[in-house]
Amino acid sequence: MIPELGHFSLILALCIAAIQGVVPLIGAHRNSTGWMALARPAARAQFLTVALAFACLMQAFIANDFSVLYVADHSNSQLPVVYRAAAVWGGHEGSLLLWMLMLAGWTLAVSAFSRTLPLAMVARVIGVLGLVSFGFLLFILITSNPFERLLPAAADGRDLNPLLQDPGLVIHPPMLYMGYVGFSVAFAFAIAALLSGQLDAAWARWSRPWTLTAWIFLTCGIMLGSGWAYYTLGWGGWWFWDPVENASFMPWLVGTALVHSLAVTEKRGAFKNWTVLLAIGAFSLSLLGTFLVRSGVLTSVHAFATDPRRGIFILCLLSVVIGSSLLLFAWRAPKVGLGGRFALLSRETLLLTNNVLLLVAAASVLLGTLYPLIVDALGLGKISVGPPYFQAVFVPLMVPLLFLIGLGPSSRWKDSPPKEMLARIRIAIPIAIVGGLSLPLAAGNWTPLISLGLMLALWILAATVLDIRRRIAAGLDSIPRAFWGMHLAHLGIAVFVVGVTLVKGYETEKDVRMEPGDTVAMGGYTLRFMGVRDTPGPNYKAATGTLELSKDGKVLRTLSPEKRTYFSQEMPMTEAAIDTGVTRDVYVALGNPIDPPDGKGAWSVRVHYKPFVDWIWGGCLLMALGGFLAASDRRYRIGSAAPAGTSASIQGAGA
Amino acid sequence: MIRYLIPLGLFILLVAFLAFGLKLDPREVPSPLIGKPAPAFELPLLADPSRKFSPAEMKGKVWMLNVWASWCVTCREEHPVLLQFAKSGSVPLYGLDWKDQNADALRWLARYDNPYTLTVADADGRVGIDYGVYGAPETYLIDKAGVIRYKQIGAVTPDALQQKILPLVRELQQQ
Repeated sequence: MIPELGHFSLILALCIAAIQGVVPLIGAHRNSTGWMALARPAARAQFLTVALAFACLMQAFIANDFSVLYVADHSNSQLPVVYRAAAVWGGHEGSLLLWMLMLAGWTLAVSAFSRTLPLAMVARVIGVLGLVSFGFLLFILITSNPFERLLPAAADGRDLNPLLQDPGLVIHPPMLYMGYVGFSVAFAFAIAALLSGQLDAAWARWSRPWTLTAWIFLTCGIMLGSGWAYYTLGWGGWWFWDPVENASFMPWLVGTALVHSLAVTEKRGAFKNWTVLLAIGAFSLSLLGTFLVRSGVLTSVHAFATDPRRGIFILCLLSVVIGSSLLLFAWRAPKVGLGGRFALLSRETLLLTNNVLLLVAAASVLLGTLYPLIVDALGLGKISVGPPYFQAVFVPLMVPLLFLIGLGPSSRWKDSPPKEMLARIRIAIPIAIVGGLSLPLAAGNWTPLISLGLMLALWILAATVLDIRRRIAAGLDSIPRAFWGMHLAHLGIAVFVVGVTLVKGYETEKDVRMEPGDTVAMGGYTLRFMGVRDTPGPNYKAATGTLELSKDGKVLRTLSPEKRTYFSQEMPMTEAAIDTGVTRDVYVALGNPIDPPDGKGAWSVRVHYKPFVDWIWGGCLLMALGGFLAASDRRYRIGSAAPAGTSASIQGAGA
Repeated sequence: MIRYLIPLGLFILLVAFLAFGLKLDPREVPSPLIGKPAPAFELPLLADPSRKFSPAEMKGKVWMLNVWASWCVTCREEHPVLLQFAKSGSVPLYGLDWKDQNADALRWLARYDNPYTLTVADADGRVGIDYGVYGAPETYLIDKAGVIRYKQIGAVTPDALQQKILPLVRELQQQ
């Protein structure tokens, strides 16, 4: 009964989405306050119905209702209850429902936090979001109904993919989806602005906190995914350029460009068309990512079971949503005036360069991801594009971008005399060069890439400190949170770069055969292998190794890597044991038992020493924190604040 | 007006490719090499570059050549299937380590176990070109006369092994 209630609730949500997508938009066009006023209640009703459907599905999982096909496919009665709840988004149908819940949640948030916005704007934004919801609900109901019954019911479920049975995975997809779906708000604002023809600084100011919030979630989601891959896949790597990872990275790159471009539009009224295009682009890439993951056109380790109808449906949805937005753009954009003029060397130019670099980077990732498909479609054969391509193309694009991070904040809007800029950051140049050249020497292994990486990180650090010092000297009271947010995020990049550079440059790994009592030394640490014993788990059995980590004869702790075999699957899973530290990780994973008949219990053991690897995620965290500070800046919370700089016109409510 | 249509044009192009991609199975490719003699080569062994291997040594035997690389994610996926296949010992399995670094490949084998009788290193991918390798992994089944009889694009799945490869192996061995 409860699954049927969920199904019914979804159908109801579809009907509400149809109303939400049509009535407020017509109302805004005709200037009818009554029709526009329907937007907020519709958004609330939409959220309630979708949340009810989601709750019904979760109930089916927690109560082990194996008469629901989706539950039988993705859960098992032995699965711990936390993972039963997380299994809701362990497969295609449920993750779409989660996606839909997020979309309804964002819409609800827009309806709640838009008191200061003109009614017509709110009506248009919620209307556009309603149309997107309609498409997704139709997709769920037609091709991917999670409430489909399995009669007679299965005795037990097939279990959740063991790779997904991990605390990281409980929160990784929701975070990522919050980011993906969050860009739909930036998209809706852009479309609403195009529809109304009010492409101005006020529009940019309204979009900024929403875009930043989505960007924060996406940053955290990617960070969690990368961390999860690091400790559960047992390869010790943190990024694999897999099509699914790329699918989340492309919207991040374009979203980062959008965050910067919105700043120009808000402060200087320039780049309006460009900003709108980026907002459409960020959301389009989120949709494209969904298509790539769900349709099976690319092979990936993450590939979901594929159904040809789903691929066709998402492609149609993609075409309608993006095609119509780009058509609207082509129609409206020519009428948008240019913003304030700026000199060749100015903050505008630097931000434009930043945008171009980020966009080229996103395009190169897109090309690498789709290249096998394009070559195949042209009948030229089949190829696979691996990490060598991405590293060769991506790294050279990031070097100038990192350089610009140091330069940007020291520049002025409109016209930035080179002499003044140089004077502001002069000291940073020798700090970066001397530090970058000498630090790797001190570490004992100098390579050009390590040196370059550290140089760029030091450059960002020094330039940031200089800029903060100058701003404090100018008066502490007037410093807005957004200023701190920007610098914190930029420092996050520096921290990230340090992590990537040092791991790449100094990591060591050993694959050794170990008998109980054997030791292996690495990076000044000694690991003594104590043996492997069998340990039972709730739905798996594990071989747990015990290794003693010591330094200079002093025992620090015991590490227990596991090799798990889940009852429902044959593939063994590696659970690495990691001693995490600020400056290094010691990472141990069990390989296979090496079985000579003497029964000494020898195992192959893989040990990694990874200097500064946690700085990679620390950097991401700082970026997200910076984003949070910027999004919570005071000026977004006060009502329709005074237009900044340019002739921003704000449409009156219901006007 | 025209230049504002550029994004739409690019997008339509992309959709066309994606629509076409839906019709294609990324794993299925006909090979012109089926029924032709396996191209000759002489490559150094991965484990001992001073020694060389050539397919000519395999005349009179049915054998399988698997193209893999340590950077290839799908190879990791197919690896358990190959390990099991090698254990069954039905035909010798040889590896061609394609466009890879020797040290990485050796580490990879030590980590995931080695199903191959031996592996040769095709560091610059020249032999891969002769064999029409589109991407790793690919697997060739070669008969006693040195003729390629079957090619698997992408991972060797348990299904492909049971339904296509093993029946063909039995047939070829009886010839």
